[in-house]
Amino acid sequence: MATVIVITSGKGGVGKTTTSAAISTGLALCGYKTVVIDFDVGLRNLDLIMGCERRVVYDFVNVIKQESNLRQSLIKDKRVDNLFILPASQTRDKDILDIEGVGRVIDELSESFDYIICDSPAGIERGAFMAMYFADEAVVVTNPEVSSVRDSDRILGLLASKTRRAEQGGKPIKEHLLLTRYDPLRVDKGEMLSVEDVKDILAIPLLGVIPESKAVLQASNAGTPIILEGDSDAGQAYDDAVSRLLGEERMHRFLEVEKKGFFSKFRLFRS
Amino acid sequence: MRFLDYFRSNRKTSASVAKERLQIIVARERTTRNGPDYLPMMQEELLLVVRKYIQVENDAVKIQLEQEGNCEVLELNITLPESAAAS
Repeated sequence: MATVIVITSGKGGVGKTTTSAAISTGLALCGYKTVVIDFDVGLRNLDLIMGCERRVVYDFVNVIKQESNLRQSLIKDKRVDNLFILPASQTRDKDILDIEGVGRVIDELSESFDYIICDSPAGIERGAFMAMYFADEAVVVTNPEVSSVRDSDRILGLLASKTRRAEQGGKPIKEHLLLTRYDPLRVDKGEMLSVEDVKDILAIPLLGVIPESKAVLQASNAGTPIILEGDSDAGQAYDDAVSRLLGEERMHRFLEVEKKGFFSKFRLFRS
Repeated sequence: MRFLDYFRSNRKTSASVAKERLQIIVARERTTRNGPDYLPMMQEELLLVVRKYIQVENDAVKIQLEQEGNCEVLELNITLPESAAAS
């Protein structure tokens, strides 16, 4: 049986797809057979972030409509063993997703995979519901910014009421907070919500904090999941997050301002 | 305590303003989210009823459902305008 993890946020542009690519790649690197599904029907982008856009032949909707089988539609990653991508359809309407169809695909994938990562579209429409419906765990991607935190809280409400686990009254979905685009310098200046602020408001366990990093855009330019950029701070932060997802305890890094200039020494002195 | 905090102490940082605003709005949205579906509709109808008799603002009727022990309390708060009380 596979573990189904939805990467969700409510708000757009906070880093869901970047996170889906990083976490699925990280799990595969740890030896788990992993598939990442793009639920953003009509606006697919996971293929670009994963660098496999030119290899898409069949997509998720083709599989749901039984126009192709899984073996034909899954794209095997060329860099990492055990990693497969199921791209979204570019042409169809998002309303084509339905619980029976998606459930059938998830069940079939469950037979041969360890992890199924569902990359949710933004918003709270059908695509987002379908991505979260079958989840065992949820990674709620949040920016330290008011609208993103509010939307994340909204999503937490939906995870607790509109999913299979909620409807069947089973164990609740395991929720994780992933704070992205974090800038410790601005937090220090009181210009940005801190990790503690966001944790206080959302009240779910912290999976990781990804620092604002130029490396993320550069990795997406190249179609490389950021976790493969092992030298970058964001890549390392995702690596930590994946280890925590697998149950390992790791210290949170990149929460403090790094530069040891004159002023930071001065601050140490007076505090 | 940091040296600069002395000068800052009477000025709120924008992050703390953000946190306060979020705490208020999130708490409010959670109560309506966990409440029964009919609450917003009931609130609207109550407002219409009140308006038949008194001209009140759009946000004059406030409904809150609270759990006190094993007892549910439906709190209804109608704010009347000053002039209405006089007439």
